[in-house]
Amino acid sequence: MSPPLLSVRGLGKHFPIYGRGFVRKVTGLVRAVDEVTFDLAPGETLGLVGESGSGKTTAARCILRALTPTAGTVLFRPDDGPAVDLATLPERALKPLRPRMQMIFQDPISSLNPRMTVGQIVAEPLVIHRLARGAELDDRVADILRKVGLKPEHRSRYPHAFSGGQRQRIGIARALIMRPSLVVADEAVSALDVSVQAQVLNLLKDLQAEFRLTYLFVAHNLDVVRHFCDRVAVMYAGRIVELAPVHELFTQPKHPYTRALLSAVPWPDPDVKMRFDVPGEVADPSRLPPGCAFHPRCGECFAPCRTLRPELIEAGGGTRAACHLHDPVQAAQRRATG
Amino acid sequence: MPPVATTSVQSDTVLEVVDLRTHFVTDDGTLPAVDGVTFSIKRGRTLALVGESGCGKSVTSYSILRLIQKPGRIAGGRILLHSARAGTIDIAQFNDNSPGLYEVRGGLVSMIFQEPMTALSPVHTVGDQIAEAILLHQPVGEAEARRLGIEMLRKVGVSAPERRFDQYPHEMSGGMRQRVVIAMALVCRPELLIADEPTTALDVTLQAQVLGLIRELQRDIGCSVLMITHDLGVVAQVADEVAVMYLGRIVEHGPVREILKHPRHPYTQGLLKSIPSLNTGARLASIPGSVPSLQAIPPGCPFHPRCPHAVAGRCDTGTPPTLQPAAAAEVTVACVRAGEIPVS
Repeated sequence: MSPPLLSVRGLGKHFPIYGRGFVRKVTGLVRAVDEVTFDLAPGETLGLVGESGSGKTTAARCILRALTPTAGTVLFRPDDGPAVDLATLPERALKPLRPRMQMIFQDPISSLNPRMTVGQIVAEPLVIHRLARGAELDDRVADILRKVGLKPEHRSRYPHAFSGGQRQRIGIARALIMRPSLVVADEAVSALDVSVQAQVLNLLKDLQAEFRLTYLFVAHNLDVVRHFCDRVAVMYAGRIVELAPVHELFTQPKHPYTRALLSAVPWPDPDVKMRFDVPGEVADPSRLPPGCAFHPRCGECFAPCRTLRPELIEAGGGTRAACHLHDPVQAAQRRATG
Repeated sequence: MPPVATTSVQSDTVLEVVDLRTHFVTDDGTLPAVDGVTFSIKRGRTLALVGESGCGKSVTSYSILRLIQKPGRIAGGRILLHSARAGTIDIAQFNDNSPGLYEVRGGLVSMIFQEPMTALSPVHTVGDQIAEAILLHQPVGEAEARRLGIEMLRKVGVSAPERRFDQYPHEMSGGMRQRVVIAMALVCRPELLIADEPTTALDVTLQAQVLGLIRELQRDIGCSVLMITHDLGVVAQVADEVAVMYLGRIVEHGPVREILKHPRHPYTQGLLKSIPSLNTGARLASIPGSVPSLQAIPPGCPFHPRCPHAVAGRCDTGTPPTLQPAAAAEVTVACVRAGEIPVS
């Protein structure tokens, strides 16, 4: 097996909370991302799912160094170079690596500059990195526009002349013109209507096969994730609580939070009933409960959950879950004490 | 004069919308956002109005409460509310600002909006906002309004309602605010609740709680619900009936199970095939092209340029097809080829 393209170890992003007053003492920490660890194989699609505030977007941005992480390492192995730790690399050393990792954003309106033509938007990364100019630049822009299902003659138009789905194609073209190996798609289809969403998902699949892309797919729509991803990491309150192959996650969810999440999804089938009674609200990352952050909402909570933070451990079927129920020692004690 | 048509109330229907047309007059011409929509809602039942952006589902719901602002206007049709309390009222006939309209809004028919942030006033306590609705519609004093408001907050699952009653919206989480909005909408026990994408901005576990709450209160109060949504999952879980809209018209209408399991209109079929979980293959089926603008609605059936079953000469000329009874009970389809297209 080829080594992972990306190895994330103990990634953390803690934002300080400042008190009032002149000195502005740090009075607390928001643990937006905490001890996130996973590997991403070349050509793989990993889904990063969770509810608002779970830290999925912050984690993705830390990996691309759009934010600087406060802990952990992000080993990136592009196929044409040695492994580097993105988490600690100085800004200057980071720039030549930027073309290898690109991002597709959620909002196809605010992520495109309204004063630039489509041709300028798509060409800009190549211009900034001085990778092409003149006729070669024109050729590459025309080529990538064709690849994402737009026409080369669209290059002289402005973003407002396009529909939501077409705008998202422009964003995809801008990311892929750099021939990246890693693409982070942050809610890339969430703003689209379902029929257009299907077109864009198909396009992303086709481009992945053609360019051997590796996707980190940040999403909250579990239906889309089930269709699109190979493996899924479920985040809750800044941590990964379950990491599993996609089929395993949807058929044999191991973590009680994953089970609650899946049971609350309204599937478009009147015969598959959803649960309306998932209790509680998402934990506040500035005031996390001790032990497992999910324990106040968990129906299977027992003694260690209130004090001991669970680590990601093997839970069978290729799944890793952060839950004491899957720790043989804790589970045995639970059975013994009833 | 309040436009009361008749006092004889059809017992099983709460709302009848007949040939509703809501148009927006702009410099680029008249845009028919809603163009000949007809449906009815049975007492105590839930009708989902479903469709993609720009299909006119929200404009339809805003029209029912006469919340359409200029340059929009109701160009025709009737909106008959068969109220058990006030008899039959044609909402389309009211003048703006007529007292009868205020009796309908928040009293007989109320509405929940998509954004719980913008639906609440930031400078009034939630208690004042709930009490305002009570004082407008019920002959009670302030002390009684407070008691009713606190009771309603408790019903929607707000903890410590006596304390919460005097708080401002910014002191509450998004989930709590959406509960307050629901309390405000239902405190006067309306006969019809319009919910416009009530859970679109919410996370999945919160969405489940809010949908469950609406369902529970609907049973409790006995009101009907008009659910506006783009999410066919929400439709499958909460609706009794579905009406699918495309470019300002209803293209298919019927019981939820029949429409989702055996769609007959090519647009409904395409919409359902685009949903990942209803797909079996690696590639998703999608509807080719995109929704045309209201300025350039195709002639004949508005869906024909994107339709895999369109036939030249039949689908692309003449007036748009109207809803006709289909082979299944209570299903109507607006497609000239409805009988010929295989039912999936």
